[in-house]
Amino acid sequence: MSKYYLNYLDELEAEAIYILREVYAQFQNPVILFSGGKDSILVTHLAKKAFYPSKIPFALMHVDTGHNFPETIAFRDKLIEDLDARLIVGSVQESIDKGRVAEEKGKNATRNALQITTLLDAIEDNKVDCAIGGGRRDEEKARAKERFFSHRDDFGQWDPKNQRPELWNILNGKYFEGEHFRAFPISNWTEMDVWNYIQRENIQIPSLYFAHEREVVKRQGSWIPNSEYLKLEENEEIVTKKIRFRTLGDITITGGIESEADTVEKIAKEVAAMRETERGNRSDDKRSETAMEDRKKEGYF
Amino acid sequence: MHIDKNQLLRFTTAGSVDDGKSTLIGRLLFDSKSIFEDQMKAVENSSKKKGHEGVDLAMFTDGLRDEREQGITIDVAYRYFTTPKRKFIIADTPGHIQYTRNMVTGASTANAAIILIDARHGVIEQTKRHAFIASLLQIPHIIVCINKMDLVEHSEETYNKIVSQFEEFSSKLIIKDIRYIPISALYGDNVVNRSKNMDWYQGSPLLHELETIHIGSDINKIDARLPVQTVLRPQREGFIDYRGYAGRVSSGIFRPGDQITVLPSGFTSTIKSINLHEKEVEEAFAPMSVAVTLEDDIDISRGDMIVKTNNQPQTSQDIDAMICWLNTDPARPRAKYTIMHTSNEQKALIKEVLYKIDINTYDRITDDKDFKMNDIGRVKIRTTKPLMADEYRDNRDTGSFVLIDDNTNETVAAGMII
Repeated sequence: MSKYYLNYLDELEAEAIYILREVYAQFQNPVILFSGGKDSILVTHLAKKAFYPSKIPFALMHVDTGHNFPETIAFRDKLIEDLDARLIVGSVQESIDKGRVAEEKGKNATRNALQITTLLDAIEDNKVDCAIGGGRRDEEKARAKERFFSHRDDFGQWDPKNQRPELWNILNGKYFEGEHFRAFPISNWTEMDVWNYIQRENIQIPSLYFAHEREVVKRQGSWIPNSEYLKLEENEEIVTKKIRFRTLGDITITGGIESEADTVEKIAKEVAAMRETERGNRSDDKRSETAMEDRKKEGYF
Repeated sequence: MHIDKNQLLRFTTAGSVDDGKSTLIGRLLFDSKSIFEDQMKAVENSSKKKGHEGVDLAMFTDGLRDEREQGITIDVAYRYFTTPKRKFIIADTPGHIQYTRNMVTGASTANAAIILIDARHGVIEQTKRHAFIASLLQIPHIIVCINKMDLVEHSEETYNKIVSQFEEFSSKLIIKDIRYIPISALYGDNVVNRSKNMDWYQGSPLLHELETIHIGSDINKIDARLPVQTVLRPQREGFIDYRGYAGRVSSGIFRPGDQITVLPSGFTSTIKSINLHEKEVEEAFAPMSVAVTLEDDIDISRGDMIVKTNNQPQTSQDIDAMICWLNTDPARPRAKYTIMHTSNEQKALIKEVLYKIDINTYDRITDDKDFKMNDIGRVKIRTTKPLMADEYRDNRDTGSFVLIDDNTNETVAAGMII
């Protein structure tokens, strides 16, 4: 075999770097949407590579639901310091205090949907014209339809049936005043690719991804972490389990799985043998069959 | 698993539900164990709701609410699966004539195309359309799957008849590599596992073909081209004078010491170093994203192209191209569009329509020259400043472009330079 080929991880990396450089070249004020999860950490890592030896030319934007894992916030702050980057925080609590949104009621209330307003306000207030996300097409069926450069109208909405065709490597980031774009440089990565790459590059990730002892409660088949926001229901009981998280979101909706995997290598092995998708433990996706599509149309990540 | 050596193969599947396209993709995902239990459960539930018996494999590929409700594919959807040998990206596109533009989109990045034929019907208009698009977009490898063999009693004679039908009409097209496989997606014959019902077929099952197609030689290693996306000027300690020209190699091989010319200015210099992030490398080839530094300080910016001095693309304001119209607004004669070609952006107008092509019969149409959505044809384009271009058949990257309507900012046409 010829030596002039890239293995699939190098090819995915080259593609992501190409996209990040297009974002920088085509937009005035792009930011990375940073959740503290592995996908946004990966995007940040790729941005570091894309512009080396320059600093990363993007601010990191965090939409803070106020219901965080403390570990996530500590990780975020350290990363910002290491990168010497700017942090923009959009606060859901502030959106509630200002009356922009109202807290959900009922037993399964979360702040998940409220993030949309906070996100769109933060994009508008900071004059962001492109928000770079860590969304992947393998995650969810609506995300499988996403473009690398995804247009949002002046209400921040996505129109999945009327998307710009994206051919070859040509990315059209043109927009009118008030509109913006989302860019997804790791669209073509799967969960397995992400872990293989994290292992290869030795990328630091929050401790929550590794197996650890935690107080949890069983809800809808997932282990939901105990926190000050958790409202116990009848028949529910807090137990201590050795768990880890496959995705990180709001502490109220992110379910863990029982696991012994305490290194990246063990996680990669475990993921390879998994029989459920990573979002299978996200109660935000379980609300209906098209829960993600509906939220994305409104402006969700 | 030697994941560090595994390659990526992108392939496209065009067809409608009737061909069994979705069933085939469902089968590939299912038999390669790429479907997870929660996805399986969701599909089982939907299948039940719709009154289907058992699991409808086709439902794994439906995405949007409307698609699930109407049982059709509206847009290009991307699917992923991995085997111990390769990682695969499927661009799943609808096959109806009104979705030609989606087929073109899916085909634009594919290394291989799967064309499905229903064994009961043989070659039909839709087959010709798919073959034409695969040929137009220069997909290097085409795998013709003759599906539903179970419904023709696994007949070798039927299979041979369809193969010769296909060969007859496709002789008019430029296709580098065609293979044929008799399959039954519904029962899994010759998809992942060899069929027990068709002993007469000596070739490999589909997945084995996908895993072993040689794609290394599809890359152009001759014409060195680096379109500059952006210039890296860190202006920080240790890198005060650093100027890196960042871009993704389109084709060819660059090495430090190479004599290069920057287009369109024509300035020449020598490559000092090639940086792959924090590493320095001895060679850069497609599709690597690199930053190149030069021995001389010359003015280079986005839209310029670095090429080897002894091998240069054509530099011209007039180009001949095949275009596919992608938008519901038809082409406006002599109107100005923005043309995006590599990292270069200019204004362009369609000077002349030479002909359109009937993609079912391959006939040239010369009496109707209005480009409407899904139309394909040959045009002459004039740009405000020169493009640095190669022919599409030599170089997908520097031979392709899109047109953008400045009134809507939408991508309205895809072009391949002749």
